[in-house]
Amino acid sequence: MIRKLLDFFFAKKSQVVESEKVAKEKQQKQGKLTARERIEKIVDPGSFHEWDMFVQQASTDLGLDKKFLPRDGVITGTASIMGHPICIYAQDFSVAGGSLGLAHARKITKIMDHAIKLGVPIIGINDSGGARIQEGVNSLAGYGEIFYRNTKASGVIPQISIILGPCAGGAVYSPALTDFVFVVDKISKMFITGPEVIKTVLGEEITMEELGGARVQAEISGNAHFFAESEEECFEQVKKLVTFIPWNNRKKADTFPPKPPKVDYKISSIIPEDPRQPYDVRDVIKALVDDSDFFEIMQHFAPNVVIGFARMNGETIGIVANQPLVLAGVLDVDSSDKAARFIRFCDAFNIPLLTLVDIPGYLPGVDQEHSGVIRHGAKILYAYSEATVPKITVIMRKAYGGGYIAMCSRHLGADFVFAWPMAEIAVMGPEGAANIIYKNEIANSPNPEETRRQKVQEYIEKFANPFVAASNGYIDAVIEPDETRKYVLHSLFIARNKEEQTLPKKHGIPPF
Amino acid sequence: MEDKNLTNFSLEDSNYITTITKKYQKRKRYQPQDLTKLRAFIPGIIQKIYVVRGQEVRRGQPILVLEAMKMKNDVFSPVDAKVKEIKVKVGEAVAKDQILVEFEL
Repeated sequence: MIRKLLDFFFAKKSQVVESEKVAKEKQQKQGKLTARERIEKIVDPGSFHEWDMFVQQASTDLGLDKKFLPRDGVITGTASIMGHPICIYAQDFSVAGGSLGLAHARKITKIMDHAIKLGVPIIGINDSGGARIQEGVNSLAGYGEIFYRNTKASGVIPQISIILGPCAGGAVYSPALTDFVFVVDKISKMFITGPEVIKTVLGEEITMEELGGARVQAEISGNAHFFAESEEECFEQVKKLVTFIPWNNRKKADTFPPKPPKVDYKISSIIPEDPRQPYDVRDVIKALVDDSDFFEIMQHFAPNVVIGFARMNGETIGIVANQPLVLAGVLDVDSSDKAARFIRFCDAFNIPLLTLVDIPGYLPGVDQEHSGVIRHGAKILYAYSEATVPKITVIMRKAYGGGYIAMCSRHLGADFVFAWPMAEIAVMGPEGAANIIYKNEIANSPNPEETRRQKVQEYIEKFANPFVAASNGYIDAVIEPDETRKYVLHSLFIARNKEEQTLPKKHGIPPF
Repeated sequence: MEDKNLTNFSLEDSNYITTITKKYQKRKRYQPQDLTKLRAFIPGIIQKIYVVRGQEVRRGQPILVLEAMKMKNDVFSPVDAKVKEIKVKVGEAVAKDQILVEFEL
């Protein structure tokens, strides 16, 4: 009897597995891997356990009854990545264009529910033409139920989206609701309305790649967090990310054996003496973190602020740093969005924050004001003030005006604030300040340029140092740049068991 | 990605040596609204023209009907003015930002 049943299931299974040959042919033509291959390349070898292999389309309307849609176009299951448990799904473009029908959606929501209940990350691989038109409103219902779970799971389990094909219309909103979006050059395409519609309605001609290709999402729109040249490179990024983040919001990220930074990075030789000269802040980060291994997020979007994960003493930390190499390290609409969302991720998942400050202020400009730099800039204030994880701030050089406050100052609840001796904490740069304070003296002087130069110099001598802030207790200690790692490690150790109570509320209302 | 060429960047009278992003370079420069020109806010077809050349119009007065996305949109005068020239005809397809009517203030 058992033999007979086993044979029955074996026959059913081979019918499904057989369809993978067709899938391979179809996907290969487009330079893409199959859903099955993708899962196998991301997860630990042999760790994938498939669910719901025999599920087929829920509808029999409009000719769907005559079609064999194996797995209803999505593979779901559980697996491990570098030993971390995860739930995963991958849409199969070779089955009805990966279109989302009711059964397809139910498979996804089932594995999402499982991930939420068991407290493990969910990874979704998106490769789909969109809603399955034949299934009408049931297809839309499916999307809605996925978005609902994305939102409920937000801040509870890490959610990762990998875009490996088209992802258009309503489909883009599931990735947008998740924490990290990965794209691959020439393969990923995301947009709400495609080039055809844009041409018909607006008369604007644009290719799919220019409209919503991987580069656009990684550089211009900021919808994607990681950009890769190939699917394989993308999978390596996913694996690395998984090692830095905890399984859920009740846990801390795994610890690794502590390692010192590499000797080639020495802070005192990275920072130029002239405060107007730039340096790559990522070199400073590498001088501070274990093995000089910095995992940068959103590398290509708003590069005037740098965010990413690293480890110190083997434990994950989130780093936010101004980048003097790009736009002098100002905050603007894009960089505020980028930093604020990252801060909130770290706070939700118990990852301490290290903030490295070298900021001349917010970016002036009509375009910035009209795009709502007030509202966007406020997100950073909100995110830092709200965060209850350990917050450590190092003021490296400039900390001017609103930028000083925003970059996790003492006033926003930083637990430790250090400053290097050359730190300048002031309302604005010396030139601007002297021009305002000594406006009359400069104007009435027989030699205005000389007076201006003198006044700027006076201002620099008096205020271009961390003494005023230190004497007010806004910074805890003035430290030598090369001792920064020591101080940060100590702070992390002291703050290990930090617990901060927040006022009871349903949820805050951050500026969106 | 950013332009690798270092350049001067001035901020509140201070000069910084840094790089400029492509997105910053391509930012939309502000242009004050030119009230003497009525432009198409969306591509479409002119369905009706309510005014004639030389006519005095009031701010908020319907000037023409521009059909786009299956919607007949009344287009209003942004200003009290005299119609100097009507640049389109009924039935004409117009592009976005195309000048439809010129006013004399």
